[in-house]
Amino acid sequence: MATTVGDSTHTSQVTVTVNGQERSAQVETRLLLAHFLRQTLGLTGTHIGCDTTSCGACTVLVDGVPTKSCTMFAVQADGRAITTVEGLAQGAQLHAIQDGFHQEHGLQCGFCTPGMMLTSVAFLAENPNPTDEEIRWALSGNVCRCTGYQNIVKAVKHAAATLAEGGA
Amino acid sequence: MYPASFEYVAPTTLDDAFAHLDAHGDDGKVLAGGQSLIPLMKLRFAAPAVLVDINHVADLGDTIATGDDGVVIGARVRHRDCERSEHLKGRYAALGRAAPQISDPIVRNHGTLCGSLAHADPQGDWASVLLAAGAEATIRGPGGASRTSSIDDLLTGPFMTTLEPNELITEVRVPDPGPRASGTYLKLERKIGDFATVGVAVQVSLSNGTIGRAGIALTGVGPTNMRARAAEEALAGRAPDDDAIREAAKLAAEAAEPRDDVRGTVDFKRSVVRVYTERGLRQAVAEAQAGQEG
Repeated sequence: MATTVGDSTHTSQVTVTVNGQERSAQVETRLLLAHFLRQTLGLTGTHIGCDTTSCGACTVLVDGVPTKSCTMFAVQADGRAITTVEGLAQGAQLHAIQDGFHQEHGLQCGFCTPGMMLTSVAFLAENPNPTDEEIRWALSGNVCRCTGYQNIVKAVKHAAATLAEGGA
Repeated sequence: MYPASFEYVAPTTLDDAFAHLDAHGDDGKVLAGGQSLIPLMKLRFAAPAVLVDINHVADLGDTIATGDDGVVIGARVRHRDCERSEHLKGRYAALGRAAPQISDPIVRNHGTLCGSLAHADPQGDWASVLLAAGAEATIRGPGGASRTSSIDDLLTGPFMTTLEPNELITEVRVPDPGPRASGTYLKLERKIGDFATVGVAVQVSLSNGTIGRAGIALTGVGPTNMRARAAEEALAGRAPDDDAIREAAKLAAEAAEPRDDVRGTVDFKRSVVRVYTERGLRQAVAEAQAGQEG
C-alpha cells in the first residue's frame, strides 16, 4: 500500500478481495469503506443508513468480522477479504440466511437487510444453534424500523436449521 | 459525511509508530479501533493531518494474560476479546461484565480497551471499571521511554489525558485483588449503543471478613470518569454489612456531579448512582464472601 502526499488531497492504492475477487483502486485516503464499495466498486447492496456508527445497515464482513463500513476507511481494509451481500448467493442459489429471510418474511423495506444478514452469517458460524435471546443480542447493533424484529429472529433460526441440515 | 483529508501510515513496529507520532506532534493521531475517532473525524470535530494506524504493530499485544500480579491487557485487545475472555471472570469479573455493555456487538469487534481509555470520553465505560479496579496504564514513547500511570492521574478532563502526542498506552495492568474479591459494572442506558446515563463500577476485596479494599467509580456524572473516594474510604476496614453498604451508596451519590440533559435530571442520576452503588456492592460482597472463582 503506497500513500501519495499531495498538496491537499492524499490518495492511497487499495487492494481488497471482495466476494472472492481481487479489486484494486487508487482512492482518496479519506474514503470510507462503505463509499469504496458502493461508488468505486459499484456494489450498492451495502446500504448507508445513519452514517454515525449507530444503525448497522452498512455492515460487511472484513476477514469474517462484522464491521460497520461507514466507520472504517477503505485504506484500512487494504489486503483484507471483504464479504458484502452480493457475495452471499451462489448464482441462483440463495444463501441459507437469504432463504431464511425470504421464507420467514424477515424484511419489509429491506434497507437494513444486508447488514442484518451479514451479522447473522458471522454469528451463526460462531453459534450454530442459538436461542431467540442470543439472536436478539447478536443483532443488537443492527436497527430495523419495519419489522419489530420478530420475523428477523425467525429468519435467523430458519437459517440455523438449514445450515444444521447441511444446506447452503 | 466526509472527513478532512489526511495522510495514513500503518507502521509494523513500535519504533516506526513512535517515529511517525514524534514527527507529526499535535497533527498526528493514533488509530486503533477507530470506533470513536472515525465518527469524530466525519463530524469534523477531529481533523488530524496524519493517522498512525497501530493495528499492524506486532509489538502491541492482542491478548489478555494473567500473571502473578494481575491481568495484562494489550493495546490491540478489542472489547469483544474482553467480553469472551476466561481471564476476566471471578475476581476480575467487573471487566468481563462491563465489556458486553459497551456500545453494540459490531462496534465491539473493533474498539479497543486501551483506545477507549486514551480517548477519555467521560461517558466511556472502561475508565470507571479500571479506576475501581485500581488499574495502571503502561505508557511508552520514542527512544525507549516508558512510564506507568494510575488511571486517576491519566485522566485530566473531558477527552483530556496526560498522554503526550508521541506517547501510546501499550497495555493496561489490573492488579490481583486477591482470592476473596469480586466486582461488577452496572450501566443504565436508554438503548443498546447509547452512552451511559449513569454507570457504576465496584470492586471489593475482603480480608479476614472485613473489607480490605473497595473501589467505586462513576460514569456519566462528572467531567471525567470519577472515583467516589469518600465512599471507598467509608468501606475500608468495615464489616460488609447493610449499614456500611448503604452509607457508601449515599456518599457515592453525593460525590456525583451530574448535569441535566436528555438522559435525565440531576436528581434522577444521583438516585441511580445510589441505587447502583448499593446493588453493585451487595453483589460484589456476596461473591467475594463465596470466594467465587467462576
